[in-house]
This record gives sequence, C-alpha cells and structure tokens, in this order.
Amino acid sequence: MRRYFGRKLLIYGLTFFVAVTINWLIPRFMPGDPVQSLIARANIAQPEVVEAMRVRYEGLFGFDMPIWQQYFNFWGALLDGDLGVSIWLFPTPVADVITRAVPYTLGLLIPAILLSWVAGNRFGAFAARRKWLDNTALPIGYVLTATPYMWLAILLAWALGIIAGIFPVAGAYSYAMQPGWSWEFIGSLLQHWFLPFASLFLVAFGGWAIGMRNMIIYELEADYVNYLRALGAPGRLIRRYAFRNAILPQITGLALQLGVLVAGALVTEIVFSYPGLGNLILQAIQNQDFFLLQGTFLFIVMGVLIANFVIDIVYVLVDPRTRAGMGGAS
Amino acid sequence: MTADAPKAPEAPEPPEATATPETTPEPAATPGTPGAPDAAAVAASTPVREALHFALRNGKLIAGLIVVVVLLIAAVFGPMAFDHGPNEYVGPPAASPSGDYWMGTTMFGQDVFAQFLYGLRATFLVGVLGGGLAAIIGMVVGFVAGYRGGWVDEILNMLTNIVLVLPALVVLMIANAYLGVRSVGLQALFIGLTSWPWAARAIRAQTFSLRARDFVDLARLSGMRTPKIIFREIAPNMSSYLFMTFILLFGGAILVGASLDFIGLGPTEGVSLGLMLNNAARWSALQLGLWWWFIPPGAGITAIVGALYVMNVGLDEVFNPKLREM
Repeated sequence: MRRYFGRKLLIYGLTFFVAVTINWLIPRFMPGDPVQSLIARANIAQPEVVEAMRVRYEGLFGFDMPIWQQYFNFWGALLDGDLGVSIWLFPTPVADVITRAVPYTLGLLIPAILLSWVAGNRFGAFAARRKWLDNTALPIGYVLTATPYMWLAILLAWALGIIAGIFPVAGAYSYAMQPGWSWEFIGSLLQHWFLPFASLFLVAFGGWAIGMRNMIIYELEADYVNYLRALGAPGRLIRRYAFRNAILPQITGLALQLGVLVAGALVTEIVFSYPGLGNLILQAIQNQDFFLLQGTFLFIVMGVLIANFVIDIVYVLVDPRTRAGMGGAS
Repeated sequence: MTADAPKAPEAPEPPEATATPETTPEPAATPGTPGAPDAAAVAASTPVREALHFALRNGKLIAGLIVVVVLLIAAVFGPMAFDHGPNEYVGPPAASPSGDYWMGTTMFGQDVFAQFLYGLRATFLVGVLGGGLAAIIGMVVGFVAGYRGGWVDEILNMLTNIVLVLPALVVLMIANAYLGVRSVGLQALFIGLTSWPWAARAIRAQTFSLRARDFVDLARLSGMRTPKIIFREIAPNMSSYLFMTFILLFGGAILVGASLDFIGLGPTEGVSLGLMLNNAARWSALQLGLWWWFIPPGAGITAIVGALYVMNVGLDEVFNPKLREM
C-alpha cells in the first residue's frame, strides 16, 4: 500500500512540476518580444497598470538573468503564493480573485460529479438487465454524453429560463440582493444554481450510465457469475456481486473523467455567467489578463490532482486487493 | 463525454475474440436466438466476411454510419451550393427560417445554414486530424510500452499518467491564448497532443496480453525485428480495437474543439460549430429568442459525436461475439 501511494504521489508531484513548467515555458514561445506584445495586446491606457505589468513581466522573464535563474525565480514567486496582479481587476491580486470564484465552481462541480456518478451507476446497472429499458435508455445515454456541455446549458437556459421563465439564467444570485445569510438570499442562490447544476449533471449522468451498463454486461459473462448461477444463487445476489466488481473501473473512470468534467463546468458557467472559475477564464481571455489565466490554470491543475488523490484513497478503501499489496488499481 | 474511455482499459480483450473460430460457439450457446444458426454457418468462412455479415445486420452500426456519412457529405459538398461565404452579410438581420434561408439568419444577417455547413467541415477536420494524431501517438506509446516492458514501459507509463492527469482543456486554453492558435490545423495538432493518454493505456494493456502469445514468440524466434512484429503480428490482431479507439478519439476531439471555440479560443477566420455557439451566446441570441441560431450548431455536434458512439457500440457487437445477442 505504501508503494501504491508512493507511486501515485510521485506521479502527481511530477504532474504539478510539468504544469508549472508549461506555465513558465509557453509565454517564452510567443513570437516577438513577449513583454512588449503582451502590453500592447492588453491595450490599457492607465500608465500605472502598464508599469505594474512591465515590472511583473520583467521580473517574471528576467531576460538579463541566465535561464535557470529565471526558472527558479518563477518557482520562488509561486511558492510564496504570489500569482501576480490581475489586469482585469487591477490592482486585486490574482490569488484573491481566484479565491472569490472558487466556492461557486466547487458548489456546482462537487454535487454534479457525485450525484451523477451515483445516479448514473445505479441507473446503468438497473438498465442492463431489462431489455426494453436497455433499448430505450441506451440511445438517450449516448445522446446525452455526446452533447456538448455548453449546448445543453444553452438549451436548458432557453427552455426553462427564457421561455418558461421558471429559472433565472444569469449570475449566482439576484442582482438586487446583497450577499448575506438570509433565507431569501439562500433561496435566490439555489434558484440560480439549479440550471447550471442540472446541465452538468445530465451530460455526466449519460456517460456513467452507459459505462456502468457496459461493465455489468461484461461482468455477467464472468466465470464467477456462471459459477454462482450453477450453484443456484438468487439473481439479486449475483447482481450485487457484479455491481461491486463493476464499480471498481467506474471509480478509475471518475479519475479519468475529472478533467472533462471540470472543462464542462467551465463552459457551463460561461453560458450562465456564473461567477466561478469558468467566468474568470472568459474575462481573462477577453481582457488579455494572462496572470489571471495562468493562476486559474495552476489552481485547476492543483484541484484536479487533489481530487485524484482523494479518489486513490477511496479506491484503497473499496478494493481490498490494493490494501493487500497485490496491485489491482492501475 | 468520452463515456467509453474509462471502459476501454478494462474491456476484456475484444481483439482475442476477433473471429477466431473457437469463440464462435459462444452465440450458439444461447439457443433460441435467431442469430445462432447463422453464426455457425459463417464460422467456416473468413474472419472479414464474418465481420461483414454481422456488420450489415447490426442496426446500431448502420444507423450511426448513416448519420455520420450524411453529415460528412453535407460538410464536403454542401458549401459548394452557396455563392457567398459563411460570414458575409447576405440577408435581413435576425430572420427566422424560411425558403430563402433554411436556418434563418443571424443578428447581422449572416446565413445560418451556410455557416452550419462550413462549420461542419471545420468540425470534421478537427475530429479527423486531432483524433488521428492522438490515435497515432497512443498507438506508438502503447505498442512500445506494452511490447518492450521493463524500463521503457516505466518511463512511457509515467509520461502517459502525467498527461492523463493534466486537464487537457485547461492546458489547451493556456497554449491557445498565448500562442494565438488561430487555424483549424493548429488547433487539431494541440488537441491531438493532449488527448492520447487513455488510448495509449488501453493499447498498452492489449499489447501486454498479446505479447506472450505463441505466434509472437514464434515470430521472435524466427528473427523478426521488433517494429515488424508489432505491425505484422500484434497490430492486426487488435485492428478492430484500434479502429474503435480512433472513433472515440475522433468524437472526443470534436467535443474539445467545440469547447475551445465556445470559450473564444477557436480559429479567427472561417467558422466552426463551436464558434457559432460562441457568437450566438455573445450576442444574446437566447434573450432575443433567435433559437435557429444556437440550436443547429449544437445539434450538429451532438449528432456527429452521438452517431460515432453508437457506431462504436455496434462495432463492439460485430467484433465481439459475446455481445452479439444482447
């Protein structure tokens, strides 16, 4: 087990290292003089902002220093928690801008991921053993999982928001309200939360249901199932065993899909102008705020790595083989 | 999104089932199903003919194929029917669908149908190039890691896992924003470079299980060189699996490309389905009720990717006798 976690942590450490290096490296590949062109592209009139950008970029790139020195300086600033100053919301530090947005993204993402995973797996296992349900549920599942997140979000916003007028389609709470801990405010929060959550949930649900259905069908062909059948075990018991075996690859699948789910949340937020990280990215791109973009990038990578590690721990708890040091998880 | 991606690594060796004669008794073992006698009769003929036999009788495969082919034809030949470009202002602004403009016009009077057909073209291009590149990288890494084993495997595995954990879309965002990736080809290149890891893992696992087979040992004993063994002995035995992997990568590349376009990091010239969605959202087509502006592009993406996935299930059933009678 120690070896298992050791390997995982090594991979995550290396991944973080690669992510930071990408972050450092990519601006260097920009054609021309990056500092000049970045400042020109930002197209800002305020001299103090331009000056702050120049200082930051020059400190960041440090062209008069040897390249390894530049790289170490970059890491040094990062480890101090210094992600630079946002251009879009000058002079707020990038770290503050991100900290304000993160709760909204997590509030969407965590319930959507967990609920769609649980519900999708239940439904997939259920659909796999009824032919009529399988034949109707499967196409729906495939259409859902093939739907681009932003399109389903747009459709829901249009149908339930604009036409039916049941849900609001922009923001995280009513613009008329002051954030606070009143019931009214929480109600507004939930109302604005529902549609983005629903569109994330639905797309992910389709994928899990199909994955589970396919796994159960493979499991029901396995030797242990045939053996149980031959022994005359009740169907419920067999299905329970098959489900427990089929859930393991689905846990691995959850780790594999995290990046896709996060990406889905980002575009969904953009559709609903939900003030999370996705919206920050959009603003960063539109305002050429590269510090904010890079900070958000690092933050998302870190979040995904932490979530991966949590899933690894869950896997060990669920799969006895990893505990016994027999491998199992790949 | 790529719903089958997690499934792929664990799928119990479909290539082994690729019509080796001893697996055909499987469907026959479930008597009473209409397909069973057929299966026995065909078992004697060549594997290709058997696959074709089941392919032509597989509703999912045929239905998926029809949708993809129809859209492909529309993408290739459709744009020729217009004497104006997709972004030219040709009609009245914000007109609903009519005989002149089948899908209406945008807020600026651009023909949505023309945009849709040109956009399909870009979407297919991103899928083929991005998915193709990812498939090639995945195959090279998977074959080499699985066949060589040892420290080569360790290093390639480490690399695969790192790229796997990195959220691809976010990396692409950084790269596109800084480097100004503004052509479909470059976009596909970047998508290909980031979306291969699960394919590599799946192919590695398959290669691993084939490596110890007798025919591979024999080839090695007869002095065949490693690349030749991989391409002559191992790859043909998992060709169906490789093809299915490519289809999933194809669909995945389309979805990633559409997301990038939607954020506003797509190609600046021309038009794509994701870019249409981006424009529709940016100019509040939702609030103005211009449904003909945002429904076709999303429906196009969903149709292509959904048809690809359904085709994949059909192919799985064709190549894997165990699934045929489901």
